[in-house]
Formats: sequence, structure tokens, C-alpha cells
Amino acid sequence: MATIPGDLPYIPAYEAPPTYLNVAHTVRSWLLTKDHKRIALLYLFSITFFFAIGGVAATIMRVHLLAPAGLLVEEMTYNKLFTMHGVIMVWFFLIPSIPTTMGNFLIPLMIGARDLAFPKLNLASWYLFMAAGFFILLALLLGGVDTGWTFYTPYSSRSSNTYVTLAVLAIFINGFSSILTGLNFIVTIHTMRAPGMTWFRLPLFCWSHYATSLVMVLATPVLAITLALVGIERVFKVGIFDPAIGGDPVLMQHLFWFYSHPAVYIMILPAFGVVSELVTCFSRKRPFGYEFIAFSSLAIAMIGFLVWAHHMFVANISIYAGMAFSLLSFLVAVPSAIKVFNWTATLYKGSVALDTPMLCALGFIGLFTLGGLTGVMLATLGFDVHVHDTYFVIAHFHYIMVGGSVIAYFGGLHFWWPKMTGRMYNEWAGRIAAALIFLGFNLTFFPQFVLGYLGMPRRYHSYPPEFQVYNVLSTAGASILAVGYALPFFYLLWSLRYGRLAGPNPWRATGLEWQTTSPPPKDNFEKIPVVTEEAYAYYKLAPQGMAALGSVAAAEARETGGGES
Amino acid sequence: MDESFRLFPEEASNLARDCDHLLYYLLGVSVFFTLLIFVFVVYFALRYRRKSDNEVPPLVPSPLSLEITWSVIPFILLMIMFFWGTSVYVKMKKPPADGMQINVVGKQWMWKVQHPNGAREIDELHVPIGRPIKLMMASQDVVHSFFIPAFRIKQDVIPGSFVTQWFIATKPGVYHLFCSQYCGAEHAKMIGRVIVLRPEQYEAWLAGAPPDEPPAVAGARLFVTYGCVACHAARAPTMAGLYGSRVQLDNGRSVVADDDYLRESIIEPGAKVVAGFPPIMPSYRGQLSEEQLIDLVAYIKSLGAGASTEGGVRPLPATQPANGFSPDRAPNYPPARQTPGAEPVEVEHGRLGGRPDK
Repeated sequence: MATIPGDLPYIPAYEAPPTYLNVAHTVRSWLLTKDHKRIALLYLFSITFFFAIGGVAATIMRVHLLAPAGLLVEEMTYNKLFTMHGVIMVWFFLIPSIPTTMGNFLIPLMIGARDLAFPKLNLASWYLFMAAGFFILLALLLGGVDTGWTFYTPYSSRSSNTYVTLAVLAIFINGFSSILTGLNFIVTIHTMRAPGMTWFRLPLFCWSHYATSLVMVLATPVLAITLALVGIERVFKVGIFDPAIGGDPVLMQHLFWFYSHPAVYIMILPAFGVVSELVTCFSRKRPFGYEFIAFSSLAIAMIGFLVWAHHMFVANISIYAGMAFSLLSFLVAVPSAIKVFNWTATLYKGSVALDTPMLCALGFIGLFTLGGLTGVMLATLGFDVHVHDTYFVIAHFHYIMVGGSVIAYFGGLHFWWPKMTGRMYNEWAGRIAAALIFLGFNLTFFPQFVLGYLGMPRRYHSYPPEFQVYNVLSTAGASILAVGYALPFFYLLWSLRYGRLAGPNPWRATGLEWQTTSPPPKDNFEKIPVVTEEAYAYYKLAPQGMAALGSVAAAEARETGGGES
Repeated sequence: MDESFRLFPEEASNLARDCDHLLYYLLGVSVFFTLLIFVFVVYFALRYRRKSDNEVPPLVPSPLSLEITWSVIPFILLMIMFFWGTSVYVKMKKPPADGMQINVVGKQWMWKVQHPNGAREIDELHVPIGRPIKLMMASQDVVHSFFIPAFRIKQDVIPGSFVTQWFIATKPGVYHLFCSQYCGAEHAKMIGRVIVLRPEQYEAWLAGAPPDEPPAVAGARLFVTYGCVACHAARAPTMAGLYGSRVQLDNGRSVVADDDYLRESIIEPGAKVVAGFPPIMPSYRGQLSEEQLIDLVAYIKSLGAGASTEGGVRPLPATQPANGFSPDRAPNYPPARQTPGAEPVEVEHGRLGGRPDK
């Protein structure tokens, strides 16, 4: 590691203990690892692969929609593309994204533990994930699925002649992976905190993962039941959801959204945690309203269980049910608003550095604000009726999931990359990618709000010509977005070999994960730390204390572009 | 170019303006908060830009009063959205009693429409302005969704029940009709046109359309064909005056006999059994198409609410007035092509003669 010229000041004076990466090199040592950090990397490779597949599907669709009649594919192919895009992005990228990579890697480090509570279960959850991935790829290769990621009955259980059973089997298995991860996090945060790490000294990242884990453990079984019933009805013709054999199709929608709305919070809550860490580190401030940010995560997780039927305002539910679910949906917006205000206020009188992770975090605040506000528009009953199942909804949830979760994921990945790999990425490449993602994202999805209000329904293979101009804008944006997503793939890989050595704390962040080496040793800490203060005690550091926090590898990387040159 | 860059769809129904006014409020709140956050984030990020690598900013207290302020103000704005949105929704969901009923059946991948006089059309819906239209909708297969952007209305059409939607068209013109719930291969082709006409144009269109049996007349024939008449009003409850009345059930509850109750009682007679009658009626699940169910219910409806007709089955009208629209009860319906009852009935196909099957 220390053979690259130019890095001499950072070579430790003593023989460095092996890191988690070089403690063993065999394939077996990776595939049978119980180290939370290695499992995080296994997940990182896996979900990057699935993100690429989902992205290819999206790219084909966006190119196809350049012309009103459609450019590239036939109807059924298009239907399979949006289904695969949804299924893979939701269950094989977004839901595992931050928790299984950064959550797995960082929670033990942040609370001062040597691993998660159940290391073998952690590995088992990755194998379940891969088994699920195998079945979903099998379904894809055999010919695909066309039901949409929502698997609405009776279309999915009776009408579709695609590989629905295989797909629901895959998602059924995937659910157990999610449950095991959530269970592991809950037990770990309860039982494995280092001495002195009280609940209110926990980093907000841990609070948000705790809230996420509650949702994973409590909601995912309902999805498993629902999809199992869809499979049973499809294979054995038992009348559960299909009215032709005595079932109730709306029941399926209730059950599906009972999971799938909380699932939105599985996707966004970890992003809240990441953004809280980024905003505090890059403004060197205690988070404004720490308790409010922490408890708003729990409030969102709880109320999030009670809003599911806002997906069904036009599905013939009673007016009173519509009113109740609308009201509860507005209530869940309040803790989200509290978070946004507190993040913004954290910048006040801070020491703000606009490195790539912070650019992502600030982008997140803007895009999540728009996604959240359009979310409350959709919670408004009389308005939702018109835009339901149109591109307005598509734009809204992409602002939350892509503008929100994915940009936070990228921000977190850049922030903790030096911790995971020991190397700095190229800062200017990072900033360019962040800017491209932000601009490309807005150009892709903002026109879709207009398209939706004009009335273009979702899941349309072709469309009336007057919608073309907004579709062309959207596709133009998507091409920028694609470049923004592809860039990090290259410069992050490049950094593994050529990046400047990071040192333990390149960002000069507080927080236990920065007090160990980069990459950390197999057991995380030489000695389990004793915690005496909160995770964000920047204000207690005199300038000398700040200088002592760590190298300024990040600052130097900024000046030299991150490379060795 | 103007057309390509339009931001709002046409307002062509009484509900469209309500929805747009609601949008203006929602947009106002959204734009305000987006700009507020944007301005503060950009201002703070530039104003408090890090000046030296060893800089340590001071601790800024986070006062509770500020947290409460920025919780309460959004809460109030959200509650305004809630009440406003709910009032629009309630209006959308409460059809006026005097609406003209048009029946719509969705199936993969078309919309089949039938007007009160029996006139049919596919993937097109002709309606007059200025008059409440009540759509009674059913799905023959999977979930569809009936969406007219210019009217700001959308309703999922869910198999296994009747759903309704109403509107008053306000502006003559031709508008899009979409299916907005994914329903299979040709979902994107399950689209059509809504043609909004002036009342006299609508009457002229109706007069020119190929005549067909009105739903209540077809239903009366089905009532005989399927043997309903054998029991109802003898061993089973009479249909006369049933529609809209409150029915006492054998489990002690009671239920209003609306369209959906009648539909359910045909498909699943055991679900809600009328007090004092044995649960012996067989299920007609799978034997009747959605259109036939609509016809039967239309017939039962035509027997009136509260009126009692001897024998339960009102005699079919033998002759009818000249082609002219009337939404009223059966005796006033415009003519069918043939005199009902005078032709053989093709039971095996589940269809009656003289009806275009598509």
C-alpha cells in the first residue's frame, strides 16, 4: 500500500496491522466472510450490477418514448421493460442500497462495535439476496414479466402469460434478506453500543437506520404474504383476489400498499441518515435540532404504516377511507418538513465546504423538498384524482427515490469511500458527476410533472403527439443523467489504484468511524472506544483540535484533483 | 408550437375548474417553500463558505420556539390542503340524483359504451353539455381506469363490482379518453375520444346512431330467459319497488338496494340474504356478462322504487314512441330495433339477438 511515491507523509511509521481488505485474499475468505465490512462490499458489487440492469431498461424506455408511436420496441417488450425497471430498481437496488452497503459497513463502526450482532445472519441475508437475484434474472432471461412492479390482480394472477410466478418467488425470497438485515440492525443498535454511547449520542445515521429496520421487519412479511397469495391464486386457481373465482382485487391492493408504502420509507429514511451526516460534517456543526431529526425518523416510520390507501383514492374506496388516509398522509409530511428545515438551519454560521458529498447533500435537500411537496399535492384528494397513475406520480416518486435516495447514496458513497478503500477519489470528477446528476435529473423528471397534469398516463408504450415535446426534454435529461451515473463508476475504480491515500480522517469529521484507520482493521478498533460526548462535538474543538482530527487529505485532493500527478 | 408547450389541459367539465383552483393553491405553497429552501441553502452555503481548513464554527443553539414554528405553519397549510382537497373529492364522488346514466364496460382493450336509448359506441363517448352524466362502469376482465384529463376525472373500473363517476361537460369539443391502469399488452391503445356536443347536436347524434335495445328492455328479457321470473315475487323477494329501498337481511343488518347490491345478489346470492327467505338462489357467476348484469339491474331499476307491481315483473312495452331521448323509466324508452319478446332467445351464447357483439 505504501509503495506509491508522493504519499510519504501518510505512511504510518510502524508496520500497519492488516486491514479488513488484505487480511485474507482467497475467494473463500470473501464468500464465507462474517465481517460486516466485507459483506457490505459484496452487497455493493451486487447492487451496482442490478442498478446497471435497471438503468439499461430505463434508457431503452426513454429512447423509445422520443416518438409518439414509439421508436424501438413492441408493446409487450415495453411492458416488460418498465416492469423489470421497477422490480429491479425497487427490490434489488433502492431497498438494499444504503442499508446493506453503508449501514452494514458503518453501524458497527459508528457505535464502537466489532461487528453486527448476528454476523452469520448478515452473510445469510446476502445469500438470500443473491438467490432472489438469480430467480429475477432467470425470469428476465426466460422472457420477462409484464405486470408492472405492483403485480395488480386479477391481471397478474389470471391474465398475464409472462413469468409472474418466478418473479414473485424472487421478491418473496428477497424479502427475507431485508428482514434479516433489519433484525440485525435493531439488535446491534440495542445491544452493541460502546461504553458511553447513549441513545442521544448516536449519530443520526444510526437513528434513521433504526427506524428503517423497524419498517423492514414489520412490513416486509405482509409483502411476502401478498405475493405468496398472488402466486397461489395464479398456480392453483384459489379465489383470493380474482373476482371471477370469488376473490377481491381491491384486497390485494390494500395488502400490497400496506408494505409498499412503508417500503418508500425503507428507501428514504437511510438517505435522511446519510444527509444528516454529510450536512454536519461539511458545515462542521452539531445538527440543528438533533432530537427533532432523530424523532422525526421514528415518527415517519410509525405514521408511514397508516397512509397506504392514498395509493387507492380512485380504486373505489369509500369517501371516508379516502379522507382518513389523506389526513394521515398530510401528517407524515410534517416530520419530513421538520427535517428539511433543520438541515438548512444546520448550515447557518457553519463552515461550509462544497466537496462532492456536500454537493450531493445540498442537491438532496432541494430535490427532496420538491418530491415532498408534490407528495402532499398527491395526498390532496381532489387533486390526486386527476394526476393519479399519470406521469405526475412518476415524476413525484422519482424525485423522492432518485433525486432523494440515489443522490444521497452517491453522496454517502463518496463520503465513506476513503474509509472503505483507504483512497481518495478525484474531487473534480466527483463534482462534475454531482452537477451532471443534479441537472440531468431535473431535466429528466421535471417535464414529467407537466406531462402528468396534461394527462399522459404511466406505462404507455405510445402516446398522443401533443405530449412529444415534454418526452423529448425528458429523454434529453436522461442522457445527461446517464453520463452522471457512469462517471463515478470509472473514477471510483481508478481511485482504487491511483487515488491519494486517505488517512484515517480525510474530512476531519467527528464520529467513531473516523477514529480508526482507513480501511479499518478486521475488528474495526484496536481497543473498543469509550464515548464521552455526542457524535457532533465540532464546537468543542479549538482550531488546533480541528487540525489534530486528521490529515487534510480531502483538502489536498481537492487542490490536486485527487490524483498523484 | 403553442400547442406543444401547453401547461394545462382544457377545462371541459364542471369539476375541471375546481381541480385547477386547488392546483393553484398547491402550486403556490410548493413554489414558495421550494424557493425558500433554495434561497436559504444557496445563501448559507456561500455566506458561510469555509475560509480555512482549521476553521471551527461556533455552537448555534436550536431554540424550541423555532422548531415549533416550522412545524405548526406547515401543519396549518397542510390542513387547508386537506379540507379543500376533500371538498373537491366529495363533490366528485356525489353524483346528483337527476343524472343521465350512460353505461360503460371496460375490457381488454376497449371501452364499450351504451346510451339510455340503447345506442352503442366503442372507444367513443358522446355527451351533451350542461347536463349531469352518471357513468355506470364495470370491467369484464382486469382492472382498468377511466380517465378524461379535460374533465379531471378518473375512476378505476374494478372487476367484480359496479363503479360510478359523474360530471357535467361544459365545453363542446373532442377530448382524450385514456385507460390509466395497466391492463395488458395493448394498454396504451385502450384510448378513445370524448365528443362533447351541444344538446341538440347530441339528440341528432342519438337519432342517427344505429338503434338498439335500451338496457332495461334487454334486462327484462334476460329476467325471463334466465328464469329469474320463476321465483322472484313468488318464493323469492319481489323486484318491484326494490331499487333504492332498504332491505332487511337475515343476519339482522340492513342494506340499501343499490346497483352494487343487486349485482352482488346475482353473482353471489349467499352474501346478503334477505330476511325471511331461504338461501336457495344459485349463483350466476360466469353465466352473465357485465353488460347483461347492467341490463338486469337497469330492468330492476325500471320497476321503480317504492311502487309495487303485481307479480313483480312489469309488462314489457309493446310499442314505443319515435326516436327521441328520454332518460326516464322503461315505458318511455325509445324503441328497440325489434319488438322485445317476439324473437327467439339464444341462451347458450349468453347473448340476445340483435346486439352487436364486439
